[in-house]
Formats: sequence, C-alpha cells, structure tokens
Amino acid sequence: MSKPIVATTSLAGCFGCHMSVLDIDERILDLIHLVEFDKSPINDIKHFTRKCDIGLIEGGCCNSENVHVLKDFRENCKILISVGECAIMGGLPAMRNGIPIRECLEEAYLNGPSVKESNQIKIIPNDPELPIMLDKVYPCHEVVKIDYHLPGCPPRADLIWDALVALITGDELKLPYEVIKYD
Amino acid sequence: MNQIVRFTIDGSECMAEKGQYLVDAAKENGIYIPTLCNYTGIKPKGSCRVCTVKVNGRLMTACTTPVSENMDVQNHIPEIDELRKKIIELFFVEGNHFCPACEKGGNCELQALAYRYKIMAPRYPFAFPQREIDATNPKLIKDQNRCILCKRCIRGIQDEKGRTIFAYRKRSSRVEIGIDHKLGKELSDETAMKAMDICPVGALLVREKGFDIPIGERKYDKAPIGSDIEEHNVSSK
Repeated sequence: MSKPIVATTSLAGCFGCHMSVLDIDERILDLIHLVEFDKSPINDIKHFTRKCDIGLIEGGCCNSENVHVLKDFRENCKILISVGECAIMGGLPAMRNGIPIRECLEEAYLNGPSVKESNQIKIIPNDPELPIMLDKVYPCHEVVKIDYHLPGCPPRADLIWDALVALITGDELKLPYEVIKYD
Repeated sequence: MNQIVRFTIDGSECMAEKGQYLVDAAKENGIYIPTLCNYTGIKPKGSCRVCTVKVNGRLMTACTTPVSENMDVQNHIPEIDELRKKIIELFFVEGNHFCPACEKGGNCELQALAYRYKIMAPRYPFAFPQREIDATNPKLIKDQNRCILCKRCIRGIQDEKGRTIFAYRKRSSRVEIGIDHKLGKELSDETAMKAMDICPVGALLVREKGFDIPIGERKYDKAPIGSDIEEHNVSSK
C-alpha cells in the first residue's frame, strides 16, 4: 500500500504550529517512513501535485487568499485538520474582530506611530494583486467542513504526532490530560 | 443537632448532613461535580448550570439543591456530560476567549473545565461580540471580553465596611460588571488580589500580576480540575 500523502499550509498563522510539527524531534524520521508530503511550506511545494489524504491547516481566514487556499485544501484532501487556536477560533488575528476594518487599516497605514510620518501621501495599499482583507477573521470550520481539531498555541508536538499516527494506523487516539491545552 | 442522610451518586453510597448543598456533600464523599459560578464561602446562585445533575430523574443545579434522604443523583452519565460540554462551549463562543493571550491561562476555571471535558473545538459559531476593557481602576483591569457574568466578584468581594465594589450595569445582552469608581480607588492590594482569585476567568486582573507563574506550573497544567477532590475516592472516575 502506498504511503498516505500529507499537505500542510499556514493561513493567518505565525508558523508556530508548523514549528510544533518539527518539534516531534527524532520521530520525524519515523514520519517520513509513515507519510509522503505534498504541498507544504516544509518542502516548498507550492501547488498540489495530486490528491492528498490529510491536510493540516494552521491559521484562520483573514483574507481572500486564505479562503482560496483553504477551499483548495478541502477539494484536494480527504481529511482536513484544524491545527492550533488560530485555525480553530481565529486566534490572535481575530482580536481585530471587534474593530471595524477601516479603523484597522487606518491604524496600520495612516495613523500608527511608525507610519504616520513615512506615509505622507496617505496610501492604504489596494493593488488588485493583493488579497482583500475579510471583515473579520474566521475560524476554518466556519468556511469549509473541517474533520478534526487539534487545539493549542501551538498544539503540543505529542498531540500532533499521536493524532497523525492514530489517523494513519487506525488505532484509537489516546488523549492524556497534558496534551490538550489552549495556550 | 445535625441529621445525617444517605443518598447515592451514580450508584455509590454517600452520606452527608441534611440540608447540605449537593456540590459540597459530593465533595465530602470524594465526588467532583463541576461548578463555575459557585465559590466556597459565597451563597450559591445556580446561574451557570455547569453543575447540573439528575436528581431522581429531574435536572437540578447541584450547587443550590440540598441533599435529602434516599436522593438518587446521576452525575457522570453521558447525557449530563454532554449537557455540560454544551454549556462550556457556549461560554467560549459567547465571549472573546483568546486563551493564548490571556493572563489567566492555566489558572482559568472555564479553560480547566474545557480541558477536563476534552473539548477540541466548540460546536457553535463564534459570536465575536464587541466588548471593552475597563482600565480606569488603579489596581484592577476589567476585561469584559472574558467575563462570564457569574457574579462571583459581586457576591464575594466587599470592602471593610461590607459595601460591594462590583455591580451589574446595562441590560440584557449588554449586561456587564462595573467597578465602583470611588470604592474601587480605595481597594487594598489584598482585596484586589482576592478579586482576581475569585474570578473564574481572566476578566479581573491585578495590574502587573499577569503571567506570574511559568507554563507547566500553573494550577491546571498537570492535573484536571476536580482531581484533588477525586483523589480521596479511588472508586470514582
């Protein structure tokens, strides 16, 4: 039987969850025996080359590009897993959800202390090339169907490892108390 | 004279003084009934419903129900566990609970309950309400984003003359807890600290006291909430 194929991405995240994947230490050698990687920042494959079995999503959706990538993952992966608080509930980027989008952009580009002097012509970037920001940051499962959630900021490496192994081998996932944390 | 009554929780025989609240009676028998708005030493309110149990087949809040003879209590059954999970998840979506950025993380009772019930993600859509942080008080910061309106601070904190410092203000879905401006300014360090400890979430914070305890050593980092009660009872789960 061929190895299951895993794809990963970081949407509105900080790459901390990807770092936590790498934090499985020497088990990464077992991981490459267990799975193959397709589109992922780890191997720098930019586009899906085939249908994948498992997609790991880090980060929520804060702009149109995030939504596009997430939908692409849903189409190309049999199982999607939200990894980390940002994917599950928006995380720190979602702290802007209580602030109107105009206020956010004005603070970032016009009024913030670090830009006030340098942005004399008062430009808020709006090039068509740039993804459009959403009105608020959305958890992934409010955009597409997500099959599993692994909480944590970042999720503990043991949780990611155990969940992946359980999913691939079909064994029951044991969840010791120490691995479920929201921070 | 205290009369002793016999009752059962999930089939196991328990004994307690008549009239004792079920939560406390269960605790003395080594059984943990989860609570959130309840706090030892303050009159129970029964508002959060997390302590809901089935008493003789009816749903009751264990923090406000006194024990009586032959009571048949169901606590750790799938129906009740699922109900409690739903309540906890509702708390998470109703406010803005950004655990990674919260000073109370690891010491938060709401978070600890979610850990205990192994909630991976809430089933409900997030409301992301617009709420304010009140930082006008010189000692305390009141973060309305995290407040679950349990009234523990209102009920449990008074100044030396017995006056309450916290109170509800506004109405309906906008209701929030405010700090009395005048009395709040005269808060002693001790009372401020007590207010932070009495708050089950991170809605009341003493300035410069956040992130005091390193990750791994906080209250609920290693053992689930309620395990201190259960360790006296080997038979319970």
